[in-house]
Amino acid sequence: MSYIVNTPDDQRAMLQAIGAASTPDLFQNIPATLRLDRPLAVPEALSEMELTSRVHELAGANRSAADAVCFLGGGAYDHFIPALVDAVAGRSEFYTAYTPYQAEASQGSLQAFFEFQTLICQLTGMDVANASLYEGGSAVAEAVFMATAATGRHGKVLVAESVHPDYRRTLRTYLANLEPRVETLPTPDGFLNPDDLRRVIDDQTACVVVQHPNFFGCLEEVEELAQAAHDRGALFVVSYDPISLGLLKRPGQYGADVAVAEGQCLGNPMTYGGPYLGLLSCREQFLRRMPGRLVGQTVDRNGKRCWVLTLQTREQHIRREKATSNICTNQGLMALKAAVYLAALGPQGLRETAELCLRKAHYAADALTVIPEVRPRFSRPFFKEFTLRIPAPVPDVLAMLLAEGYHGGLHLGRWLPGLDDSISVAVTEKRTRAEINGLTAALAKALAPVSRRQRPEPGRGRTIALESR
Amino acid sequence: MEKYQSTALLFEMSRPGRRCTRLPTCDVPASETKALLPASALAEAPPPLPELAEIDLVRHFVNLSTKNMAIDTNFYPLGSCTMKYNPKRHERLAALPGLADLHPLQSDASAQGILEILWEMQNILAEIAGLDAVSLQPAAGAQGELTALLVAHSYFRDRGQEERTRVLIPDSAHGTNPASAAIAGFEAVSIKSNARGLVDLADLKAKLDGRAAVFMITNPNTLGLFDPQIAEITELVHGQGALVYLDGANMNAILGVTRPGDFGVDMMHYNVHKTFTGPHGAGGPGAGPIAVREPLAPFLPAPIVVKGDGGFRLDHDRPKSIGRVRSFFGNIGILLRGWFYIRTLGPAGLRAVSENAVLNANYLLSRIKGIYEVPHGDRCMHEFVASAKRLRRERGVSAMEVCKRLLDFGYHAPTVYFPLVVPEALMIEPTETESKETLDAFADALIRIQGEDADFLQQAPHTLGISRPDEVRAARQPILRWKPQ
Repeated sequence: MSYIVNTPDDQRAMLQAIGAASTPDLFQNIPATLRLDRPLAVPEALSEMELTSRVHELAGANRSAADAVCFLGGGAYDHFIPALVDAVAGRSEFYTAYTPYQAEASQGSLQAFFEFQTLICQLTGMDVANASLYEGGSAVAEAVFMATAATGRHGKVLVAESVHPDYRRTLRTYLANLEPRVETLPTPDGFLNPDDLRRVIDDQTACVVVQHPNFFGCLEEVEELAQAAHDRGALFVVSYDPISLGLLKRPGQYGADVAVAEGQCLGNPMTYGGPYLGLLSCREQFLRRMPGRLVGQTVDRNGKRCWVLTLQTREQHIRREKATSNICTNQGLMALKAAVYLAALGPQGLRETAELCLRKAHYAADALTVIPEVRPRFSRPFFKEFTLRIPAPVPDVLAMLLAEGYHGGLHLGRWLPGLDDSISVAVTEKRTRAEINGLTAALAKALAPVSRRQRPEPGRGRTIALESR
Repeated sequence: MEKYQSTALLFEMSRPGRRCTRLPTCDVPASETKALLPASALAEAPPPLPELAEIDLVRHFVNLSTKNMAIDTNFYPLGSCTMKYNPKRHERLAALPGLADLHPLQSDASAQGILEILWEMQNILAEIAGLDAVSLQPAAGAQGELTALLVAHSYFRDRGQEERTRVLIPDSAHGTNPASAAIAGFEAVSIKSNARGLVDLADLKAKLDGRAAVFMITNPNTLGLFDPQIAEITELVHGQGALVYLDGANMNAILGVTRPGDFGVDMMHYNVHKTFTGPHGAGGPGAGPIAVREPLAPFLPAPIVVKGDGGFRLDHDRPKSIGRVRSFFGNIGILLRGWFYIRTLGPAGLRAVSENAVLNANYLLSRIKGIYEVPHGDRCMHEFVASAKRLRRERGVSAMEVCKRLLDFGYHAPTVYFPLVVPEALMIEPTETESKETLDAFADALIRIQGEDADFLQQAPHTLGISRPDEVRAARQPILRWKPQ
């Protein structure tokens, strides 16, 4: 009962003022037959010390990136988080506040979100950004809703197979009972060939969705793809890696209409998958189709500059079933962290971070492919993540790497049976030369005995079976 | 002393060449970027982000933080939002590297601790709901609603009942209910509230037929009333072969007192950030897990945590699943805090939460009901809706003006103008973590305000940094980002 303040005396005085005999009396509107006549079957209460010790025990049963070197990517990355990000987000005036509906009592958060929106526009080269969505997958679905509304086309949505499989699955789920069909365009060479897009795009295509760099880490031919989409009047939706924009052209420069991203890499820990941060920015003309909250600048009754939530007639609490989206709660605290992170890095810091990722990833790819029969799966330019073909059953190899202290890579067969023999490896600015050399040695060791034993047959083993181990 | 050191924007403070973060020297043989990536893919310059020093950033954001009201600084009786105390132990524990530094795709074998917590959380939420199966995947309440409606859609399709195309929603419901119904491919049909603020049974009966898929109900409802007709309602809905969905926004009123499954609910969502005290983060993150009855369980999103002989694992092999509503497992950070909270309280503590939340709300109601009208009865659950109608009629003072003036007294405003069925609504939810002294002082402020000069109230607040932003201007000439002059 740690957090209840009322003493028995308080409770008696309050019941008397109410005119009730007892606390259960206050529940008289609940018919007696519906009341629970036993305590809930949940574990007994723990003191703070007991809870702390139990949580340490459970946390110790995990192998986190703090005690096994993390080369895992696939949408969540082990980037460095400067201390000031946590210091700012740890201000409880930020984290224990509610949605800033009362502007006078929320100027701190509102100004921070206005700065966040501006930073995302600067990052992407787009005109407007919202105040956040849940994460990268539902952000793709929201972008597609914008595209169908803006084009009035409800025929189909074209999605490259090189888009993150979870994002594609999320999109299919969101659209399951609505009109547009989702068509997946194969990417056998690790990228979407613009000619393949031109063959299937038509006048009923609302948008083309690609990821750049994509799920395999490869760059897409974004300028040509944007052109192919626009030639048929479709919108071009891109899911980008925010860190990559320290080096790569920005979505606004290559013709994106809506740019979305997973923003975890901007100052948020990996936390086994959430809470993360959906980023969405777009061209000015689609402003009123945007989902979620927007912060706008205005003046108060004394002419002082200030900030408010605005254009709320798009949103569910006003427009109900005709709203642009059903989103209400967003990821405000993660957006604050992203704002602090981007401001802390600045243009030079972001460029240097991206350069370190790029160089270390290429160093790692070169080192790992020296091992006999370990080969790049795709011959495309890549940023911080790449795919390798492994001459042995992948789950066994990954388990051996973990035993050596490395989260060595992702088994792509989990999602794509055709890539059952392949892994993806992500290298952030945090990885050192010694760690990369260590992974190389561990992989060489893991493959040495098996390379003479069985070889995996392509497509062997069901995706599910592998994942369920 | 001017309390605030800076209201300049980051971009206005930027100076070329100023740095905060410095990166390590590259420790691998470095190739030129141009040798690694095609020139056509590269930007000429990095994004034009602001350039600031660490001290600039810290002062800027710390000063900004002092311009917020928050639970840690002020009483925050925001109806429907359950702004209870956020325990400090949760922040420390959630930041442990063994939890915060877990990659979402690492192997099950290397994540046994977190999987055990999530498995236990699934079971606990099923027990509190009185339902059979739980998905922790949805990121917030609205996404939980959408997920459950997608589950319902798949369930009826699986049973060959595609004619069920309508979702019935009381007019007092949150706007997310009809918005989620539309995305799930249903037609939203509004059900009236009666004079007592409860579901109008006649209207429900008139609109309930073989086309109905789901009836969505918030119970206790947004007026803070437990609907005593609930058993009759769920029987009616089931009689037509439809499902009952509970918007769990108000679960703080009934923990361990009654269970949705026991009063006929087939599926529901929790707002872990409300009921189980995830910090609201100025708008998020939340977590919106859903609980369902057994026949609906096969359609839940994948994965689910299961316990087997070899320990805990993520089960992706769910052929009837609707799929996913997001990437990765869920908003773990908030689910963890919910689990810390439930483990701290235990069964008796959870029930005490609801008893004291309801006691506090009724006490506050008893203090102000003679001054502000409370249209729907003089008892409530965890919250109630007062009306400033009389103040408006007699003195031209609106509910919004009462709210703005409350800010001067150091209280966050109640939820205002919601639900729509009460004119000049002030929706007040004190929560169980406030003391009698706080409730008394808040009631005193509300009572004092209704006697204050109308002109003075119409200019409120008087003591905050700003007063009455021009919202019309913000919407007519939207400025959504800073731009260089």
